[in-house]
Amino acid sequence: MAAPVRGMIGSTSIGNTTSFQKKTRSKLVSIPGTRPSVQNGQLLVSSGVSSLDYVIGGGLAVGTLLLVEEDHYDSYSRMLLKYFLAEGVVCGHELFLASARDHPDDIMQELPSPIVDDVAGMKISEGQSQPSDPENPDTMKIAWRYQNQPKVQTALASSVRFGHYYDVSKTMEPELRQAAKCHSFYQLQETPVVTASSPLPSPYHSLLKSIQTVIRKEGFDGSTPQSKVRNVLRLGLHSLGSVLWGDDVCCKDNPAHCHALTTFLYILRGLLRTSLSVAMVTVPSHLTQNRAVMGRIIRLSDTAIALESFKGSEKETNPLYKDYHGLLHVRQLPRLNCLSCEVPDTKDLAFKLKRKQFTIERLHLPPDLSETLVDVQMGFTVTCRILEMSQGRAPL
Amino acid sequence: MFPELNSILNSTPDSFKSSDFILVSDRRADASFLIHHYLSFYLRAGCKVCFLGLVQSFSHYSAVGQRLGVSLAQAREKGQLVFLEGLKESFGVLLQDTSQETQPLSYLRSPGAGLEGLFRFVESCVRQSGDGNAGESWGPPVLLIDDLSVLLSLGVSVGAILDFTLYCQATVCSELQGNMVILVRCEEEDADDDEEGSNLLQRGLVHQCNLALHVEGLPTGYCRDIHGQMEVWWRQRGETIYNQRKIFHFKVHDKGASFFARGTSSAVL
Repeated sequence: MAAPVRGMIGSTSIGNTTSFQKKTRSKLVSIPGTRPSVQNGQLLVSSGVSSLDYVIGGGLAVGTLLLVEEDHYDSYSRMLLKYFLAEGVVCGHELFLASARDHPDDIMQELPSPIVDDVAGMKISEGQSQPSDPENPDTMKIAWRYQNQPKVQTALASSVRFGHYYDVSKTMEPELRQAAKCHSFYQLQETPVVTASSPLPSPYHSLLKSIQTVIRKEGFDGSTPQSKVRNVLRLGLHSLGSVLWGDDVCCKDNPAHCHALTTFLYILRGLLRTSLSVAMVTVPSHLTQNRAVMGRIIRLSDTAIALESFKGSEKETNPLYKDYHGLLHVRQLPRLNCLSCEVPDTKDLAFKLKRKQFTIERLHLPPDLSETLVDVQMGFTVTCRILEMSQGRAPL
Repeated sequence: MFPELNSILNSTPDSFKSSDFILVSDRRADASFLIHHYLSFYLRAGCKVCFLGLVQSFSHYSAVGQRLGVSLAQAREKGQLVFLEGLKESFGVLLQDTSQETQPLSYLRSPGAGLEGLFRFVESCVRQSGDGNAGESWGPPVLLIDDLSVLLSLGVSVGAILDFTLYCQATVCSELQGNMVILVRCEEEDADDDEEGSNLLQRGLVHQCNLALHVEGLPTGYCRDIHGQMEVWWRQRGETIYNQRKIFHFKVHDKGASFFARGTSSAVL
């Protein structure tokens, strides 16, 4: 028994930390909140929802773009965006939030609060190394020889851990939220820049410039010297393609700017590939009239998922779907630095938003308990009688 | 390089047809593994390769190339490989105030103007083979494009792209006896009435090419063990007009892809 077994706050929940420290001689600076992928060694960050991480192959690779097709009322896609940003706050990443409808500060105030065990680990790390007092009721009775061993270091627990759980009914504490550095871009407050010679309309152009300024200034593309600790930038872009961004791809059959969003995504991916950042973009795809444009948008992103919620549709009363809030379609999974991509087991996935977890599960068909069961029974009895009669016995 | 694909197409790095225009297309699937095959194939054959990588970064191809046994970084240093990385320079080009027509990525700033800058870049690259300082003479030039249909998303018209491929074919295949491999990604067949669509582009390119490889998902639905089907269409070549089509199933692994006749997957047998 190497680790002291006592009721320390947070130790039982963070069960995989032991006093065993691996000797690492690698020169790679490990960034908090990331881990290398098992499949191809890519650096992954969590999307905030652990079942979504599992579905897309372990997590979001740094340098890639996640596209979320919104559901009809933008409730669950907005929830996913908030999980993504909350995960960034808890891991200590930098955030960049751009939206055209709601002010970014409003979205930041609605972030769900992380579940207490994890955060307690962070708070304990402030006042660590307290010697065990004699009147501490948790003195060990059996393994008393280990009483004076140093406490297992939980200081790194919250940053080493990949993927956290959030309580949707509470919002994140302001202190925790303000500890994270957040850049915001609110489209309605930006002054339109006249860019006559650019193929992009002004809002997208200014958004790209703003993203590039942040990346360059904070050194995410490696341009500043390594005096600071390396970090990951999380970009959350809400509802791109909607009319508020100056784009008419969602409201016309033959939009005037039909290439604006696709050009924007192409250049955004170029920016992501050359910096330590991850982007999550939500698009109201149910409003686009042109399916070909959605196909191109999906191919221009790396990972693409679509949410289809049952609210307001006839599927809400369907007994097949009564346990779930909606369906999740995985449209595309990326092949990064390897030939093959993560091949999912099944493509029938449904999601449910519970208070403490956003679960994504395989959709099962319920057992068919109709009259066929009776027929099977009848057939069985008849066969038994035939067998008995053929053997010369009297039927029972 | 996939050995099974070589035997299907009857070509090896030591002996392959020249002046070939190979079109790789897909519909709702991903045919980029074939581009990796051709990249390693032609590098092994010792050809001078001009690669327009418009959708992925150099390190992606380099990592896959290492698994397939070729080192792209080394080839680039020696001058055998010229790589145009579209993603990396795209933002810089967009922000520039002066747009020069002769720049390769000038279509980002003015998509309506056509692809002349890109063609000039390709031409200068493939004609350079004779005048290297080290005196290394490479084989016939090869042009690889991954992926041409992204230019449609950036606003270039189908006509301009077809013009570009005609110019390239005239220079690379007819004049210099080299090969060309182009990847085009298409939409669904019935998403039509779209004059600027990728289906139009694919039909135009199939008409020009010698060999068309078309990758699709299985018509019966999703399967974990068989990743899709590939149709090989041998088209006209010179005077001989042979029009032979065959369908194979394939599965992509870490280090390659295996091709087999329909119904003979190892998961089934």
